[in-house]
Amino acid sequence: MNKRDIIIERAKRAREKKAGLGDDINLERYNTAGSEHDALKSLAEVPQEHKQSLLRAGIEPSESGRSGSFLLQDRSVVFSRVKSPGLELMSTTEALKRHEWLATDYLWKAIPVDMDKYTADVELDETNGYFIRAKANSKVTIPVQACLFITTDKTGQKVHNIIIAEENSELHIITGCSVAHAVQSALHLGVSEFYVKRGAKITFTMIHNWSEGVEVRPRTAVVIEDDGTFISNYILMTPVKSLQTYPTAYCEGKNARANFQSIIYASGNARIDMGSRAVLKGERSRAEIISRVLATDNAEVIARGEVIGEGANASGHIECRGLMLSDNAAITSIPELKAVRKDLDLSHEAAVGKIAEEAILYLMARGLSEEEATSVIIRGFLNVDITGLPEALARETKKMLDMSLEKVM
Amino acid sequence: MLEIENLTVEVAGKEILRDLYLNIERGEVHVLFGPNGCGKTTLLLTILGFPAYKVKSGSIKFKGVDITNLPTNERVKLGMGVSFQHPPQIRGVTLGDMVNIAQGRSEAAIDEGVIELAARLNIPYEFLSRDVNLGFSGGEVKRSEILQLMAQSPEFIMFDEPDSGVDVGNIELIGGIMSELLDRNKLPSKRVRAGLIITHSGFIMRYIKADRAHVMLEGSIACSGMPDEITKNIMEVGFEKCVEKCKVK
Ligand SMILES: Nc1ncnc2c1ncn2[C@@H]1O[C@H](COP(=O)(O)OP(=O)(O)O)[C@@H](O)[C@H]1O
Ligand SMILES: [Mg+2]
Repeated sequence: MNKRDIIIERAKRAREKKAGLGDDINLERYNTAGSEHDALKSLAEVPQEHKQSLLRAGIEPSESGRSGSFLLQDRSVVFSRVKSPGLELMSTTEALKRHEWLATDYLWKAIPVDMDKYTADVELDETNGYFIRAKANSKVTIPVQACLFITTDKTGQKVHNIIIAEENSELHIITGCSVAHAVQSALHLGVSEFYVKRGAKITFTMIHNWSEGVEVRPRTAVVIEDDGTFISNYILMTPVKSLQTYPTAYCEGKNARANFQSIIYASGNARIDMGSRAVLKGERSRAEIISRVLATDNAEVIARGEVIGEGANASGHIECRGLMLSDNAAITSIPELKAVRKDLDLSHEAAVGKIAEEAILYLMARGLSEEEATSVIIRGFLNVDITGLPEALARETKKMLDMSLEKVM
Repeated sequence: MLEIENLTVEVAGKEILRDLYLNIERGEVHVLFGPNGCGKTTLLLTILGFPAYKVKSGSIKFKGVDITNLPTNERVKLGMGVSFQHPPQIRGVTLGDMVNIAQGRSEAAIDEGVIELAARLNIPYEFLSRDVNLGFSGGEVKRSEILQLMAQSPEFIMFDEPDSGVDVGNIELIGGIMSELLDRNKLPSKRVRAGLIITHSGFIMRYIKADRAHVMLEGSIACSGMPDEITKNIMEVGFEKCVEKCKVK
């Protein structure tokens, strides 16, 4: 049996393996075939009715200010174009044909294929996704954009992404996940494997723009070598049926660094179980996990964070803040620290509360109405310092956050 | 400008202010003395309309309008402003944001003029991007409050203990700016702004001139008079005796 056959065999055995966290999803409720879409010559050809959905997920249909663009519609790759010579961008399927080493050295190396039924399904079902690679020493400060878009009702979108930043390269990615208005129910399974080589840096800004009927199970892992940096900014502002994800960064190398920032506005009947984990193996490796969770309506959120310290002088911090806007919502905050040696510095702070009335009154004493004051406080609460992004991208990310906030408030 | 009549106020079911009268005319600055816990801050927050302060009887009029039942922001819109004794911390909302809000600006960028005002208060530009009151020292809180008032520029200003926790050099600075905000440097006939300064120490009164002084005891104004005289009496014999002296007259 060759390597790929072994993978498939393992996947088959994990077909029924329930995930440890989150509600179990009946995968048979979603279509695994159909809804093929024709390729586009440019993103500008995206029909007007869909453009707004793309914009809301941070995707620029004009492709301006982007070093590359990728669009997966339902299960078809409809667009992929790269503008920067330092970059490779194509569908994972295409990349596996082109690079033999991809299957042997990267595919399912960061995430076990038999982790649960979702990873297994991504392997066994027809899958697409993006492959992005920054070549050694090339610093591409203009972001690449990738959009995973669902436009057909009952679609089960299965995605496998592989992202590699070769030695001393720099790569900035905006991934927007979006869904068209007409879609009542859909499933998104997304496997993303990141490899940050020696001295390289990846920033990954992901905006989820789902709707009430979408079930989402991303599976993400990041392997970081010596002096490598991975920064993730995750923004979820729209309703979702259920979402469970626990991205994990393995800081393998010396001075490897991982930052996770998550901003979640949970509304409607959303059931969200979301965390970030860092395994600090390298000497002096470090991680920071920051989350802001706002829960309203009947939303239920579990906000997790875990730092496992194994390497000499490793350090990590978890900061989890929740704000409750409804008596029918719930936030559970679960920060975990594990230390296995004595020279570590691990800490966490967690706080869940309501909007302080005295803060509202303070703002009213400066002339704001109660509603305006509430909105200023919520914005402030969600305003995490987004560091490590190139200036233009940082500004844009702020704008995207503002735009999503505008919609919910 | 401000007329308070027969005011009785309850906080958390407890009567704190009793039958209080106070009248401040346009162009005037009054100072309110009184021991800790006598109800000075309660009076200020009642004038401002904070909901915990329940008016049981009496009325408050501001610029001829009965504001007894108006929400805080409506009162502020009519032209009142306040420097708080203990303002809350708000995470993610910067001093710069507060200044913009006080100015009624909706942009995030900070007005050039405000940066100059900040410099006058020894507030460096970077300080404007700090979360308001989070980790501020006592003196920084006071200067941040005054900066917000400078941006707002209200017609009637209440200062709650602007001198507590402030070092001597900064008290002089704050007193100077308060004088400006309250038209103290103009001829009496040209003064349009009015103010109420609360101080239990009285330090700030060395740097700003008031027209009238009051002493509050147990929730009522127990005596009123000329600021110099009252300040002197308080310093010499304390609040209670000062009030007795007042009554004898
Ligand atoms: N929000 C409140 N809740 C309960 N008691 C209060 C509140 N505000 C003031 N008080 C009480 O009212 C009294 C007067 O307080 P305050 O007006 O702050 O006095 P001062 O400013 O003169 O020192 C005190 O006994 C204080 O404990
Ligand atoms: Mg007080």
